[in-house]
Amino acid sequence: MSEKELDQQQTTVEWQPVPKTLGERLFRDVRVNGQLYLMFVLPVVYYVIFRYIPMFGNILAVRKYSAGGSIFGEGPLTLRYFGQFITAKPFWQAFFNTLILNGLYLIFRFPLTLIFALLLNEIRNLHWKKFVQTVSYLPHFISMVIVCGMIKELLSTHGPINDLIFKLGGDKISFISMAEWFRTIFVASGLWQSLGWGTILYLAAMSGINPSLYEAATVDGANHFQKVIHVTIPCILPTIATLLILDIGGLVGSGGAFEKVYLLYSPMTYETSDIVSTYVFRMGVESGSINFATAVGLFEGLINLVLLTCANFVSRKVAKTSLW
Amino acid sequence: MSTKENTAPELKEIHIHNPKNRIKESAGYRIFTVINTIIMILISIVTLYPFIYLVSQSFTSEQAIIAGHTGLIPEGFNIDTYIYVMTRNPIKIMPNIFPDLKVPEFIVYYMNTIFYTFVGTIMSLFFSSILAYPLSKTKLKVNKILSPFIIFTMYFGGGLIANYVLILKLGLKNSMWGFILPMLISTYYVILMRSFFMSIPKELEDAGEIDGLDKFGVFWHIARPLSTPIMATMTLFYAVMYWNNWFNAKLYLQDKSKWPVAYFLQTIIRGGGASDPDATQMSANIKSCAMVLTVLPIICVYPFIQKYYVQGMMLGGVKE
Repeated sequence: MSEKELDQQQTTVEWQPVPKTLGERLFRDVRVNGQLYLMFVLPVVYYVIFRYIPMFGNILAVRKYSAGGSIFGEGPLTLRYFGQFITAKPFWQAFFNTLILNGLYLIFRFPLTLIFALLLNEIRNLHWKKFVQTVSYLPHFISMVIVCGMIKELLSTHGPINDLIFKLGGDKISFISMAEWFRTIFVASGLWQSLGWGTILYLAAMSGINPSLYEAATVDGANHFQKVIHVTIPCILPTIATLLILDIGGLVGSGGAFEKVYLLYSPMTYETSDIVSTYVFRMGVESGSINFATAVGLFEGLINLVLLTCANFVSRKVAKTSLW
Repeated sequence: MSTKENTAPELKEIHIHNPKNRIKESAGYRIFTVINTIIMILISIVTLYPFIYLVSQSFTSEQAIIAGHTGLIPEGFNIDTYIYVMTRNPIKIMPNIFPDLKVPEFIVYYMNTIFYTFVGTIMSLFFSSILAYPLSKTKLKVNKILSPFIIFTMYFGGGLIANYVLILKLGLKNSMWGFILPMLISTYYVILMRSFFMSIPKELEDAGEIDGLDKFGVFWHIARPLSTPIMATMTLFYAVMYWNNWFNAKLYLQDKSKWPVAYFLQTIIRGGGASDPDATQMSANIKSCAMVLTVLPIICVYPFIQKYYVQGMMLGGVKE
């Protein structure tokens, strides 16, 4: 708040004393801004029904649900659904797969995105730069169904990759149905889809760097590479830190991984491909174990919330930026 | 005038990007530029290759596909696949009104997608803006409660199962609302809109109020026309979201006449399962053709909308 605004507020306080209770103040606000209050009534009703009722619907993790019954369950609270999944082997397999897939993807995506952004920033020809950007952002807009359809076509036994292997004298590999290839496919297709899009925030940060810093570096005799290391990277360090911390905060969450894993996995590859959210989907929607699946989902959601809160806390301390 | 003309060349000479100065660039940097260009060309090729491959495959003849002859140039070029996809398997739509009306399934799915995208986007825009606008008014007392109330849903939610149970309970299963309502308002987009509304100069809105507009009038006659850029961005965000969604359809729509095209693709790509046994046997050229037709509108408008998309992304990068 600027000093002027503060001044104004103080004068208003002198002119008319603020009504005492919270209720009175709120009532006054509603009278003045009634139409604004009216505007958000419908969206708030929406949020209550479609966001908050399901949030409290998580109580199904500890209360029995019967088909057609109350969405908040019936009967006494019980911890047995938690007990069930904590001792279930497929759950832990899915849990560690989530960590491994997200972790691997982060390890590759993070540095590569940064390098790609730095390389893009070095392009002097603006038309060429624009073209590369346009092309590399494109996959971000494509439905995951199409992306996975392409992956399956390219990797199928008659697809171009197997053709190449065959021509080089190798044996054809059925990539999609082999557990040991799943992680590679997941990470590689993720990079294909999001590498370009991920550079946007870095490029924005780079374009905000004061040109006089580069000029000063030139005067001091720095060459191009030294300028990148001593000017560009230090200037975008806050952006790098924030993005990295937030990415780490999202390690347990499924984010966009659910759709891709669901479209690409099969019982043959469960040991490396099954993640918590696909497990929840299979147990809850396909097998109908509503309580069990809610318990698993709640567990994942809570861990995710804790991780994000920690990441946000660190981000606020280190990079002075936070999500909330 | 004459002095300006005299000084102009001098300014040019000291300009850092003057072509003359390029000679100073070291040999190392020139080699780097070449390598960088090669990397960028490779990235572009790798990005575009799957699209081109898909298009080529959709024009390849059935025999060539069976023989395994696929590549960047379609063998036995023909458009039979397109005709086949667009006419195959007619299904009944609206059996209550027109008992004998049958439309090829792909056309039905495509029309459904267009309909959902259109209706969904308009509704989403309306609901998001009437929420984002009051949220942008920092002076509004209730925002101290309302903002956390809205933002919290970004970090914790009901999860898949609780939402699923809710939709069943509301009786939205097998209804188009079951497809649209769960994603009607995206909290992230609301926050983006709020940031934009906050950037509108307060003086303009105050002037409107002084001229006799009420709060809603200010929103409609001043804030809304000023926010064309964010509205364009949001239209695209939401439209792409509806166009690409298949998961809500999988959860809630059993009736084939209500499927969006993305869900149909899912059934043929995942191998259908029990829901559509004949889909599993589809050959590669048919799948490719369906995918090309679905992705085509996005690719066509993409070069024009990309700018707005990037702007929206930047808006999110700016701290509220």
